[in-house]
Amino acid sequence: MNRVCNPISADLEYGTQQKRFRLRNLKEHIAEGLLLLCAFLAVLSLLIIATYIFYSGVPIFGKVGFKEIVFGMTWKPLEDMFGIFPMIAASLLATIGAVAFGATVGLMTAVFLAELAPLWLSKVIRPAIELLAGIPSVVYGFFGLIVIVPLIDKYFGGGGNSLLAAIIILGVMILPTIVSISETSLRSVPIEYKEGSLALGASQLQTIFKVSIPAARSGIAAGIILGMGRAIGETMAVILVIGNTPQLPGSLLDRARTLTSNIAIEMSYAQGLHQEALFATGVVLFVFIMILNIVLTTIFRKAGEEK
Amino acid sequence: MNNTHIKIATKDLNLFYGDNHAVKNINIRIEEKNVTALIGPSGCGKSTFLKTLNRMNDLIPYVRITGDVYFEDLDVYKDYDIVELRKRIGMVFQKPNPFPMSIYDNVAYGPRIHGIKAKETLDEIVKNSLEKAALWEEVKDRLKQNALGLSGGQQQRLCIARVLAVEPEVILMDEPTSALDPLATLKIEDLVHELRNNYTIIIVTHNMQQAARISDQTAFFLHGEIVEYGATEKIFRVPEDKRTEDYITGRFG
Repeated sequence: MNRVCNPISADLEYGTQQKRFRLRNLKEHIAEGLLLLCAFLAVLSLLIIATYIFYSGVPIFGKVGFKEIVFGMTWKPLEDMFGIFPMIAASLLATIGAVAFGATVGLMTAVFLAELAPLWLSKVIRPAIELLAGIPSVVYGFFGLIVIVPLIDKYFGGGGNSLLAAIIILGVMILPTIVSISETSLRSVPIEYKEGSLALGASQLQTIFKVSIPAARSGIAAGIILGMGRAIGETMAVILVIGNTPQLPGSLLDRARTLTSNIAIEMSYAQGLHQEALFATGVVLFVFIMILNIVLTTIFRKAGEEK
Repeated sequence: MNNTHIKIATKDLNLFYGDNHAVKNINIRIEEKNVTALIGPSGCGKSTFLKTLNRMNDLIPYVRITGDVYFEDLDVYKDYDIVELRKRIGMVFQKPNPFPMSIYDNVAYGPRIHGIKAKETLDEIVKNSLEKAALWEEVKDRLKQNALGLSGGQQQRLCIARVLAVEPEVILMDEPTSALDPLATLKIEDLVHELRNNYTIIIVTHNMQQAARISDQTAFFLHGEIVEYGATEKIFRVPEDKRTEDYITGRFG
């Protein structure tokens, strides 16, 4: 205060201060620019990937026909038959199954961790689940191949390589995502809601299921969407357990092939039209994920607005 | 205090947060169908005391309680199932805390968890409760809308309606108007005035004018103890204790 009030020293300092301000402004601008560049990098990557996939994958729809590819039932690249409907179905079924399994178990785990578990127990469970997220997918696949697949074969028959095995493995793989996001959003439910419910005579479980979970639903939904994205995009683990037969699965115990495994298995040797068909598979996968994201975010935005 | 029925009484009630002795030797007898105000400076233990009555302190770790709380001559901590207790002793909080669901569902929440399913019954309870809370006219056309869209004062009246819906005998109010503007405060005070005919109300308040306006009995808390307890008129006109007088006249607090 004193300095500003004193006219002489204020005058003296005026010049240096101006300089300092200008320097600070410059630094701010550079920092902003760098941040913008980083943000733009992500958008740029998306654009390049999308362009490349569509550029390589779309022409074949003109040559072979959209219907023949998307709704075609037969995948025989050597005979120029590129029907990928069985793979679309397999991808969908595996994802739905995995989410049904992973979301149920994951949500219950999150509820337990956020609301019920004693401190020491959550200190054991939480790191275990976080570690699950760090396991490479090929290890999941390997585990599925030597444990889950033989178990399915033993109890249900059919060899074990199946849609069911993929669902189980994918369900476990998406657990960490669903658990951690759901737990965070359950923990951020205001304590006032819980108090209000308990003060009305509700039990702890009633409070959790009727107040806390509904209040945390947008976060829980976000966790499920992310889990779904991981399940539909997962390749390696699925290849190892699903059997990879490009046929429409008739039951959970049938072998199947997903969109992702189709690309991964055949890309190394595919040429010409065959290669283009694999890119087309990528296009379908891409569109598929986009639609899924848009539909789900719209649904949950609406749910959020009603809130 | 002669011929009136004693609804809630405490005997040598003490509460500790860890080492902190927050409530000290409280002996109080609270009359039925009366408004009892608990006043005192921040941190004097009045809210903590209030929460011992419906056992909301059970939620907080490291709380230790000694002494007894009687509700209708039965020990709150020994003789009651906590669900039954909280059903009969409702609570309104400092910050309006409607659930993030529709107005209707907020009011129907209590009856539903206590097993009422029939839609007609619920409709009636919701209407009655909202009428009693003086909110029906304002919300009757938008019962399906989210409760968080209401104003603060409306939210607090909704919370009162939510409590009324489970038909309690006692309503605990923990500074129910401290987050509200003067007009909304006035509405809540009018409501308390209405409700005293049918309910026993215990209200914690920072606002001495409020205590003077709406209560029949007043207890003055200081450092976890009750300094003085008696008819509101007497407490505010001719306080016995010097500390009560100092607080009421605004010399500290």
